[in-house]
Amino acid sequence: MVTVPVSAPIFAQLEQTLVGQTLPGHRGTADVGEDAPAPAPLSAASPIRSLGVQRGVLVLELLPEALLTLVRRLRDTFGFDLFLDVTAVDWLGQTPRFEVVYHFYAMAHHVRVRLKVRVEEATPEVETLTSLYGSAGYMERECHDMYGIVFRGNADLRPILLYEGFVGHPLRKDYPKQQEQPLVPYRPPQSALVR
Amino acid sequence: MPLSASPVILPPIANPVRAAFGPSRDDTVVVNIGPSHPATHGTVQIIAELDGEKVLRTDVHCGYLHRGFEKECEDHTWHNLIPYVDRLNYCSALINNFAYCDGVEQLMGIEITPRTRYLRTLLSEYSRLADHLTCVAASLMELGAMTAFLYLVTVRDYMYEHLAALTGARVTYSYGRIGGLAADVPDGWFKRLAEILREYEQYAERVHGLVDRNRIFIDRLRNVGTISTADALHWGFTGPVLRSTGARRDLRKDTPYLAYAELDFDVPVGIFGDNYDRYYVRMREMDESVYMIRQLMDMIPEGPINVDDRRCVFPEKHLVYSEIESLINHFKLVMEGPAVPAGDAYVAHEGANGELGFYIVSTGEGVPYKVHVRSPSFVHMGGAHRMLDGYQLADIVTSFGSINMIGGECDR
Repeated sequence: MVTVPVSAPIFAQLEQTLVGQTLPGHRGTADVGEDAPAPAPLSAASPIRSLGVQRGVLVLELLPEALLTLVRRLRDTFGFDLFLDVTAVDWLGQTPRFEVVYHFYAMAHHVRVRLKVRVEEATPEVETLTSLYGSAGYMERECHDMYGIVFRGNADLRPILLYEGFVGHPLRKDYPKQQEQPLVPYRPPQSALVR
Repeated sequence: MPLSASPVILPPIANPVRAAFGPSRDDTVVVNIGPSHPATHGTVQIIAELDGEKVLRTDVHCGYLHRGFEKECEDHTWHNLIPYVDRLNYCSALINNFAYCDGVEQLMGIEITPRTRYLRTLLSEYSRLADHLTCVAASLMELGAMTAFLYLVTVRDYMYEHLAALTGARVTYSYGRIGGLAADVPDGWFKRLAEILREYEQYAERVHGLVDRNRIFIDRLRNVGTISTADALHWGFTGPVLRSTGARRDLRKDTPYLAYAELDFDVPVGIFGDNYDRYYVRMREMDESVYMIRQLMDMIPEGPINVDDRRCVFPEKHLVYSEIESLINHFKLVMEGPAVPAGDAYVAHEGANGELGFYIVSTGEGVPYKVHVRSPSFVHMGGAHRMLDGYQLADIVTSFGSINMIGGECDR
């Protein structure tokens, strides 16, 4: 039932060329799991790290600066022609607080790649992918709505699921679920029946 | 209190939507189509700049059905979400059910029983059939083909009643369970299934006869809403819309899940990527679904439907009432929810309208940390302007209908 990595070779090739690192033993298994040792933090010298193949998806962790170059290589060299999804995870209490998660799919190889980019709470910014994929436009708007992630270079970050004038970002963990922001203010009962 | 005594002066209501553009020339007009338009099945607002009847550019705006699904998920146990995922896509709710359950099962490392695997495959295909029937019927009705609409919806109604016999509900079934299904198939269900499939074939044949070579139909659909494969990929299109352009991408074939690897079926593709091809791809996909269901009816083995895993599967009711371990087990599952190991998973199933993905994050508790839905409708809306711009105003209805945008899933 677990999606089997059909083309593990392309994953190996990806890890080799993009990250310059291999994780023997991890490839082809369904799980890397939590028991992997805590790796050194990403730095400008090594901005990309592979977390191995997790449930059939190659997971790469990277710094925001490396995003655009990596995605361009993924698309042009490795054939990841379908940009499926972008969302964020709010790890409230951790630094950096937000994790922006991307999913890509390669039509020719039938494989998926997940990118994870950590951004700070003070400057939740990543580069936009609208120059590479049209589908990025709407999905980035949604992510901006929900988490307040700013996609630098995306000129159209108008609210898409929310409305103009909505205050805050509802999927952040510190946004109270019960909060109301009525577009039309509540009126006191005026009817004679109510009185 | 007389009304004149204290006139209530309300502040002006702000427009919830800011249009991306105004008129670019003196002789064009910008009009609102929707959000509540009788000819669009789906609550979506299309702000269009028109030159006469010709659409110059459009700004598609969704979100009118947003009800905080993802936020609500973070406040409910893994089990309690199942009715919510139903309501994402009310045309093929079972596919949503099974995709979500598959995601949680992958995190928990559960392998479902063979019977459930085949049943889920069968029901996914059955849902796809219902979804395509709805889409094709509604698209035809929008063009005035009322007879074809009634033919197709007749079959769909047989199916809804038939599914109600299995799940207890007509539209939103809540039938999937983490580690299995809510109940086994009742007696005589497969017999009726075979009858309905024969009914489907008769009605589908009539619809083919009514519209396939109908001059009016072809004139309205051929070379309208055309999109190329490269464009479709660029804008993230999946499902029948992408396949109508000729790209043979189907997760059931490419990365088989459930029992699809054991089934024999074709992936129908179009040639031009226009509305006619999308109509035909959907019709052909329904035939393939029927073919798959017939294979599956002979393949379903006997056996349990739920895995034997106390972490997620509820104990038998008579045991809950008679032994303390089962009572506590039941209590813990209801109050705390199943403990899903920490981690994240992205599970994609081939939904009726495209890739339906669930990105699930768990921190090891009974409540999800995050549930994100990659809904095909939302992504399709992002690229819908490519299929609307440059055609006639009246073509918006057909092109939009051929995407089959589902508001519940698009806006979440």
